[in-house]
Amino acid sequence: MVDAQSLTDTIVRDADRPRDSLIATFGADKPLKLDAGVSLSPFQIAYTTYGTLNADKSNAVMVCHALTGDQYVAQVHPVTKKNGWWETLIGPGKPLDPARYFIICPNVIGGCMGSSGPASTNPQTGRPWGLEFPVVTIRDMVRAQAMLLDHLGIDTLFAVVGGSMGGMQVLQWAASFPSRVFAAVPIACATRHSAQNIAFHEVGRQAIMADPEWRGGRYHLEGSNPRRGLAVARMGAHITYLSDAALHRKFGRKFQDRENPTFSFDADFEVESYLRHQGITFVERFDANSYLYLTRAMDYFDLAADAGGTLAAAFKDTPTRFCVISFTSDWLFPTSESRATVHALNAASARVSFAEIVTDKGHDAFLLDEPEMFGIVRGFLEGARKARGLARGLTSK
Amino acid sequence: MTEFNAAKIARTSTGARVDLVLVSQMVTRGAKVLDVGCGDGELLHLLGESRDVDGRGIELSREGVNECVAKGLAVIQGDADTDLGDYPNDAFDYVILSQTLQATRHPRVVLEHMLRIGRHAVVSFPNFGHWTVRLQLLFAGHMPQTDILPYSWYDTPNIHHCTIKDFVQLCNAIDVKIEKAVALNAWGSPLRLNAPWWFWNLFGEQGVFLLSRKS
Repeated sequence: MVDAQSLTDTIVRDADRPRDSLIATFGADKPLKLDAGVSLSPFQIAYTTYGTLNADKSNAVMVCHALTGDQYVAQVHPVTKKNGWWETLIGPGKPLDPARYFIICPNVIGGCMGSSGPASTNPQTGRPWGLEFPVVTIRDMVRAQAMLLDHLGIDTLFAVVGGSMGGMQVLQWAASFPSRVFAAVPIACATRHSAQNIAFHEVGRQAIMADPEWRGGRYHLEGSNPRRGLAVARMGAHITYLSDAALHRKFGRKFQDRENPTFSFDADFEVESYLRHQGITFVERFDANSYLYLTRAMDYFDLAADAGGTLAAAFKDTPTRFCVISFTSDWLFPTSESRATVHALNAASARVSFAEIVTDKGHDAFLLDEPEMFGIVRGFLEGARKARGLARGLTSK
Repeated sequence: MTEFNAAKIARTSTGARVDLVLVSQMVTRGAKVLDVGCGDGELLHLLGESRDVDGRGIELSREGVNECVAKGLAVIQGDADTDLGDYPNDAFDYVILSQTLQATRHPRVVLEHMLRIGRHAVVSFPNFGHWTVRLQLLFAGHMPQTDILPYSWYDTPNIHHCTIKDFVQLCNAIDVKIEKAVALNAWGSPLRLNAPWWFWNLFGEQGVFLLSRKS
């Protein structure tokens, strides 16, 4: 394992200068006005693109990443060397085919892979922001993404697609910029973060802050890294992404590399070993403070509250067409949440499709090989292409 | 489980189901339509192709919904008995209930919701007053089974069968105006328009009604 100092150095470097990414910088003339009441300026957004923007700029698709995702959606991750996190959905012949669409995937504001966040260098001090970075919301992330779209000279997105926190951004896009979103695909998400989900996040944050290496959020300056705390946060969260059935199918009560229990607190069980591995690998690519900020952004998310208490009002007269997708075994964002979204969209007379997919893989199902989900996304986007007048001329390349 | 055997309903020369063609002809071009119990989306597809409607659907079965969405139709998973209450007044020009009325728990409430949500309702249903149905009960002494309704009494999803006459009475009871009514015989041809109700009730295999609010 690398030492804390070099781990922190790597994270700070990636936060300012991520590898294999494009960077859009916004100077003093283009501040990002935050819900917290302050402005972030200057700031930057790191992003990746796939495919080509067509002549009338009508084939742009924004993919929004989840809490621990990043812009490496369809390419090898420079840190983990693993394939892109949504290569099941994006690629040649896949529902989001770069031959058809110009796909944009930005790192969120508050993230740690090149968009301004707590691990980025504060231009005023020349040192990492740490907890002096302002608290951001999902709406702030989407505001920044809209500025990126302006920067790219694109007026309207053909589609915005995302799961979990990415799905929250999709819904926020539709609520904040209805005329700029032709089709929206919010997957495994909700229009607000539930009390249970806030509770899980708080446990994760406390794990990070209880690690003495966290140093009140100043570990960047003190050569330490709260990797134990962040790993525990990740382990706890990871359980919420799975399901009882999936854990049982995958691990059951099997022992790890041994025949009998050791009568100790070593990782006797496979499931323990798996979770520890999840925790350890996570800290190599993620900033602990960023984890605090992004979980907080999700906690604050409540579209109905933003619209005066009525969810349908958030989507009043929306021209956007929606495809809401949930999974039967997802207990983090259960189908009932998606149904509430659909009811509100119906009440707003929105054009909405909703499908629940049977799987025992839990919340994580949206990232996995779920042929039924791919069929639905593909069919929905095909219908939207026809309605958008994109279906002819672009189909072959 | 589907409510009826669609394969046994007659089709036109172009392959479209006769009852669905009839329903679609009752809908004005370009209208906003909600199809309650839309199945695999055949009617919504037909409405989109032939009448250029802005169509939405509700379907109980997950397979049906996923099939519809994959076809590009705007369909949500839901239950006619519980979910129509979530729709605002006057949200649609037409609300259609095609071959589903007899499977609802509260047909009257469903019909009332349909005419609250839409200015018009189109309802099609198998006529349980058809002579073949009557004869089965009268002479064979068992609950009727037909080609379109092949279920036994103990496993049928169709819990509220009615006759054309029954349906007309329900419309009167809840003060609904019958704009148009057509009965189809077993070969999918409409019965004579000037025939009396009792004739339709005896020889119509299916009834298709266009309804509107009286006030």
